[in-house]
Amino acid sequence: MNREIVIKVCTGTSGIASGGHEVLTAFKSLMATAGVAATIGERCTVHQSGCRGLCKKDVLVDIVLDGEKSTYIQVKPEMAGKIIEEHIIRGNPVVEWLAGSEYHDFHVKQTKVVLALCGEIDPEDIHAYRAVRGYEASQKAVLSMTPEDIIAAVRNSNLRGRGGGGFPTGLKWELCSRYAADRKYVVCNGNESDPGAFMDTSLMEGNPHAVIEGMIICAKAIGAHHGVIYTKSEYSLSVKRLQRAIGQCYEMGYLGKGIFGSNFDFDLRLFQGPGAFVCGEATALMRSIEGKRGMPHPRMWRTAEKGLWDKPTVLNNVETFANVPKIILNGAPWFRNLGTERSGGTKVFSLSGAVKNTGLIEVPMGTSLREIIFEIGGGIEEGRAFKGVHIGGPTGGCIPTALLDTEVDYESLAQAGAMMGSGGMVVLDDSTCIVNTVKYFIDVTQSESCGKCPPCRIGTKRMLEILERISSGTGKSGDLELLEELGHHIRSTSLCGLGMTAPNPVLSTLRYFRNEYEEHLQNRKCPARVCKALITYAIVSDTCTGCGACKRACPADAIRGIKKKPHRINHEKCIKCGTCFDVCKFKAIAKM
Amino acid sequence: MEQVLQKIFEEYRETGGNVITILQDIQKSFGYIPEYAVTWFSKKLNIPSSRFFGTATFYSEFHLRPRGRHVVSVCRGTACHMKGSEKLLERLLIELDISPHEETTPDMKISVARVNCLGACGIAPVTMLDKTILGNTTFTKLAKEIKKLKTGE
Repeated sequence: MNREIVIKVCTGTSGIASGGHEVLTAFKSLMATAGVAATIGERCTVHQSGCRGLCKKDVLVDIVLDGEKSTYIQVKPEMAGKIIEEHIIRGNPVVEWLAGSEYHDFHVKQTKVVLALCGEIDPEDIHAYRAVRGYEASQKAVLSMTPEDIIAAVRNSNLRGRGGGGFPTGLKWELCSRYAADRKYVVCNGNESDPGAFMDTSLMEGNPHAVIEGMIICAKAIGAHHGVIYTKSEYSLSVKRLQRAIGQCYEMGYLGKGIFGSNFDFDLRLFQGPGAFVCGEATALMRSIEGKRGMPHPRMWRTAEKGLWDKPTVLNNVETFANVPKIILNGAPWFRNLGTERSGGTKVFSLSGAVKNTGLIEVPMGTSLREIIFEIGGGIEEGRAFKGVHIGGPTGGCIPTALLDTEVDYESLAQAGAMMGSGGMVVLDDSTCIVNTVKYFIDVTQSESCGKCPPCRIGTKRMLEILERISSGTGKSGDLELLEELGHHIRSTSLCGLGMTAPNPVLSTLRYFRNEYEEHLQNRKCPARVCKALITYAIVSDTCTGCGACKRACPADAIRGIKKKPHRINHEKCIKCGTCFDVCKFKAIAKM
Repeated sequence: MEQVLQKIFEEYRETGGNVITILQDIQKSFGYIPEYAVTWFSKKLNIPSSRFFGTATFYSEFHLRPRGRHVVSVCRGTACHMKGSEKLLERLLIELDISPHEETTPDMKISVARVNCLGACGIAPVTMLDKTILGNTTFTKLAKEIKKLKTGE
């Protein structure tokens, strides 16, 4: 038998957390067992791949027999033996472990451009990337295209900044190419600090070479010989894989002096940002590379004129760069036609929260939120109702049911009061309290505010205080109006994007979910029963069996009762942590 | 300590680092930023120590006090928040007897860190024990892992 056998094990962050390495080792060692190896010949490869998207069903394993792919979900190391024996050797897939229609639906509605290779190739092997036309685009750009050609292609593709700003990428490059300077820089923004977003890290983990290739093409277009990738040191897997990829490029002559045998030099290094949300802002990020506090400064000049070390700089997001090689390879019209009139291509979102299928998704610009949440995401988890979807990270906005048919692109999302941001999409169901959620977001922006400009530093703090008193039942009349007024001032007077967008969650929810605020304020009730100060726990004596599980679990020692008799909660001691509610198997704890 | 600092200094000169890379190297060697290290570099490079401290306190990666032998990070990202990470964190602090403004147990065995996002929102709530990520964390699961950390020494 001489079949081609490929086994792909998901080893993205989620994959590893679910035991990806153990599964990989199990497959490797079992495949190496003499008997198995003899049966399957030598064409078998076991390799690790990046993120596969559907993180909830990790560890995902693909078995490809002569090009025919089957996907197993939630694979454990002990399952490897049976899969190898029945599927690979005998050719009968283990049906009960195969991914069902859910997995199929999750993928069929997506259009994968940037993520196409994530999960398909080994991100730590440059040859795997080269085998799928990798570095062909950059080679073409460096050897046979003029800067004008490259810029024209990117402009025609309608590619816009994927970091959230939506500035036309081609225009940015063109502006920068016009300035003459002894040094220019290409900088990649991989500081993804949006809590709830993980597309850039998955891209850097799953296909680091695409990002590097995009940067090479940009360097040629603007005439830069130095590049920096800025990522968070916390993203250890991204750091490791990028470092390896850069090293491989130097070995192959794709980076360094005279790349691809031309006379064009391009040096690229990695900078590990020490973790600050505000460093996602262009000017703050550049200060951070310079070794200073990451504080934004007023933009008297475009960074295309004076950026890093005051030299002309192009700064683009990870996803933006990863799109570029595809545009050069497949042509600008192809890319432009994927999206809407004003934004070309696709957008990657990290879908999380209350949907059935959480993970990384990629859809053409202009797809409706309804399609994303209910078709790709598989809808809301059993027994719950959709409430809203929060888009754009902590400074984004919340979109209600009525606007589910909004199409995702920069303009329509902004019009609906949210923003593209970097693409975090968190679905809220009826068990989420809007006030609590907004309080959480403002808490993030408040603590991440760099402190340079007062509207952001003081304004977000005041907003947080008001939200805290509303959620603790001590809100005052006029608080909602005050929140709105503050929000408008912060938005119009802050120095950088962080402050300008910080009031978004407050303003958008006041627009769509005002009744929930009023319920907290006037009736001192939290409809979703989340805000601690507004709820109490009690034991329903008819249902309580007296098993004592709650009593044992209570960290505050607030539950009393005799075995097999209904228990009681001492409200003076109760800290409302909800542990009893979680551990009770008989649903005898009531939240009121 | 002197030798370690000298080595960091030489590396800094060779590779053309800056305040951030120096702080990162110091932290890598000592696990935190000792005051002595800052004054040493301040004198050596003629940079006011306020610039080092200003930078160190600005970024979440740097710590001015020693941390516990093991670090349990609780992700406070949006997806994790929705799935109850706040409750998880509160319970963890109670269980480990760490007061709200502290982050390390008195015996210096375990530090609890709040982190912004670990980049694995699909399996929220996420925690990280040293470098190992734990997905779909429940308190029971976490408590078991922490016990393992403690007894594994």
